[in-house]
Amino acid sequence: MEILWFGLAVLCWVLFFALEGFDFGVGMLAGVLGRDDHERGAAIRTVGPVWDGNEVWLVAAIGVTFAAFPDWYAALLSGLYLPLVLALLTLAARGVAIEFRGKVDTPAWRRRCERTLAVSSFLTAGLFGAVVGVATTGLALDPAGAVVGNGLERTLGPLVSWPAATGAVLGVLAALLQGATFLGLRTTGPVRERARRVAVATAALAAVVVGIVALLVGGLPALTAGVVALLAVVTALAAAGRHEGAAFAAATLGVVGAVVAAFTAHVPVVLPSTLDPASSLTIAGAAASPYALTVITVGAVLILPGVVAYQAFSYWVFRRRVASERVA
Amino acid sequence: MTALELSRLQFAVVTVYHYLFVPLSISLSALTAGLQTAFWRTGDDRYGRATMLVGKLLMATFAVGVVTGLVQEFQFGLSWSAFAQYYGDVFGPTLAIEGMLAFFLEATFLGLWWFGRDRLRPGLHLATIWVVAIGTLISAYVILAANAFMQHPVGAAIDPGTGRAVLGSFTALLTNPVVVASFPHTIAGAFMAGGALLLAIGLWRRRATADHGPTWRVLARVGAWTTLVGGAAVSLTGDVLGKVMTEVQPMKMAAAEALYETTSHAPFSLFAVQLPGQDAPWSLDVPWLLSFLATGDPTATVQGIDDLQAQYAAQFGPGDYTPWIPVAYWTFRLMIGLGVVATAVAAYVLWRTRKGRDFEPAWFADRWLLRFLWVLPVLPTAAATFGWLFTETARQPWLVFGLFQTRDGVSPTLTPVELIASLAGFALVYGVLAVVWARLVLHVSRAEPAPLHPAPAADDTAASVLEPSY
Ligand code: HDD
Ligand code: HEM
Ligand code: HEM
Repeated sequence: MEILWFGLAVLCWVLFFALEGFDFGVGMLAGVLGRDDHERGAAIRTVGPVWDGNEVWLVAAIGVTFAAFPDWYAALLSGLYLPLVLALLTLAARGVAIEFRGKVDTPAWRRRCERTLAVSSFLTAGLFGAVVGVATTGLALDPAGAVVGNGLERTLGPLVSWPAATGAVLGVLAALLQGATFLGLRTTGPVRERARRVAVATAALAAVVVGIVALLVGGLPALTAGVVALLAVVTALAAAGRHEGAAFAAATLGVVGAVVAAFTAHVPVVLPSTLDPASSLTIAGAAASPYALTVITVGAVLILPGVVAYQAFSYWVFRRRVASERVA
Repeated sequence: MTALELSRLQFAVVTVYHYLFVPLSISLSALTAGLQTAFWRTGDDRYGRATMLVGKLLMATFAVGVVTGLVQEFQFGLSWSAFAQYYGDVFGPTLAIEGMLAFFLEATFLGLWWFGRDRLRPGLHLATIWVVAIGTLISAYVILAANAFMQHPVGAAIDPGTGRAVLGSFTALLTNPVVVASFPHTIAGAFMAGGALLLAIGLWRRRATADHGPTWRVLARVGAWTTLVGGAAVSLTGDVLGKVMTEVQPMKMAAAEALYETTSHAPFSLFAVQLPGQDAPWSLDVPWLLSFLATGDPTATVQGIDDLQAQYAAQFGPGDYTPWIPVAYWTFRLMIGLGVVATAVAAYVLWRTRKGRDFEPAWFADRWLLRFLWVLPVLPTAAATFGWLFTETARQPWLVFGLFQTRDGVSPTLTPVELIASLAGFALVYGVLAVVWARLVLHVSRAEPAPLHPAPAADDTAASVLEPSY
């Protein structure tokens, strides 16, 4: 039962990163690929109807984590307090920038929303990447499951570490790659062309970075990293060959693989302690009571298929490409 | 300030901020759905344009509600991790179910509604906004159930080994008498907020824009009716809620009245001032009303603070179980008072615009109304905020009444510097958000709303034509 729930929590996190990944990427790229107001609008329009639904996967992920593993939720969030507060604030700026952009019809207002969108998307992707990077190597957990330390250094400290830096770089690259391939798939005209070129370049860069990571970590993680690097190469080739669907699929698969690997790196430990392995949080040790798990299982079985169905319906309704060239 | 005090301050600020937008999201989604239904049935363009205007307000408000709500979801782990561990078994499933059941509905269908205006058949398009409205109600119910547990813990037992709450019955959690009473009260208050906003925008459009045509009247009248009915409902449900509260937390109602001694035929104090040279404050009382409000019987005995304090000390061990009395007293009165004023203004506007009458300022009451028009939407929102301040502060020192105290809930290793840094971050970002949101609402209220259904994309082949708004 706990294993099932661990699986479900990971699934929600994966869906969040995979779906929001392209939202962040589009957010960063809209201002670069769109040369004028119209083109930028077209780029943002591709995620307009769906970004909020995608973001709810974060609500689901954190809710399921809280429900099934209260100790994991408590330790992770209080232990990475400031990085997560920052991520929430940038996420707030991001959502509001998307929604507010189209509601006032002046170029200055739109420009400001676009800049906010680009900066906040970049920061959010980087921060979430860094958080995942740190979480895979662990926190200074004491036996009570709290992170020890003093002052700002306690929770900002982990951010200035190699795992965090790697995570941040990978987070931004992944979002860019997904965003570029998504724009290639979902627009026509100049934005589509430019997106293709960005996708090829980012994919090549990602392949190199992930390849270096693979060489550095060694062992089993290196294997996953190798696969991810390979997927990046596939993305680059597919984008270069104008197979836009394949490029987006390969990029997304790469993100899925990386997130799954990060979350399951230490199973059955969910959050390693850097102080003492005995203080690490395990799946069984962090789980909620059987009754609570039953409640959420019944809820999930009844509700989630419907959610997937109507989200799919929404993507289907908005399946047409958005034109970025001027309509006469 | 200690980490505990800072955590409390931060929680209060961030939660109250979220709740400034929540009532508007709840009521504006239902009002948009209602207006669109009217348009669908009559084909009257006034309703179509009013739908677009209210829908734009909804989109702006909803966005802020969403991003601040996301923060709420994390808050329990960020600065209340001890409480999250204690309460996770109860609160976790509630949040998970709320997210899966309500938030996906709201977010996905609002996207479909806004961008689907030229894509979906009108009937289907109308259905999407109703789904959003229902989604907000579901989420409100579920989260209020989580809060009701903290007021009156039911459906869970304490594990003797770990000392943590263990969920025993999810049904009991969802049928807590407190949530059954507080849900209709909260929703009625939410409708007052949305109604007052439309009312103010309607009158303003009559004066300040070229809209001497019909939209202002729809907005003003629909808004006024909503506020009036919401005001009536808020009093009725508040009365029920007060009786439930007297039952489960007699200390809270005693604090609301600053009633120190147990009294029969207890009066209700409308207003009190501490006059110089006097021991007890002077108070304007309505005889017997408190006994009646608390129990339904004007002669009944209402327990006083002193007795309750002694009783709790005997029951839970020595300690101070008395909440902050002046805050409880005044927040309770402000909640009711501001609500009553908003309801009265709504009734006046309905009377002034009755039977197709135009709204030309005729005498001083009209001019005052127009001068202070911007205050009107603030009233119900402020009333709701005071209601929450009352509910939450008069529960102190308890986080979960009778079981878990606030001082035990804070994240154990969190340091004041971290909290000051995060509080500064929230203040900055939320402050900017509020200003931008207000500018946007003013802009939308002034602009000429577009027709609801734009002409469908001309060429159905490859590319779609862009929405005007993105
Ligand atoms: C009485 C109603 C009510 C109350 C007391 C709260 N909320 Fe709320 N919340 C809503 C009613 C609501 C809503 C009307 O459903 C919102 C407002 C705007 C929106 O998008 O949905 C919302 C949004 C919202 C979201 C974003 C949903 C999305 O992404 O679509 C989250 C995660 C939360 N809330 C979580 C919370 C938590 C953890 C609360 C408790 C501390 C809380 N809310 C208090
Ligand atoms: C259902 C959801 C809610 C839950 C689970 C909840 C939970 C809590 C918790 C854990 C605290 C402890 C912090 C403290 O004592 O300061 C608290 C306090 C507080 N809450 Fe709530 N709350 C909810 C809804 C709300 C809403 C909607 C508001 C107002 C808009 C609100 C206003 C406050 C305030 C002002 C305090 C501070 C009380 C004090 O410190 O004296 N709460 N609540
Ligand atoms: C005659 C009028 C009213 C009465 C008798 C009344 C009564 C009450 C009572 C007894 C509570 C405390 C319940 C608790 O501790 O959980 C409460 C809470 C609250 N009130 Fe009112 N109220 C009135 C008007 C209003 C108005 C006008 C609004 C807003 C527009 C409002 C919004 C709230 C809110 C948001 C809460 C906190 C949430 C809750 O517990 O439901 N109330 N009210």
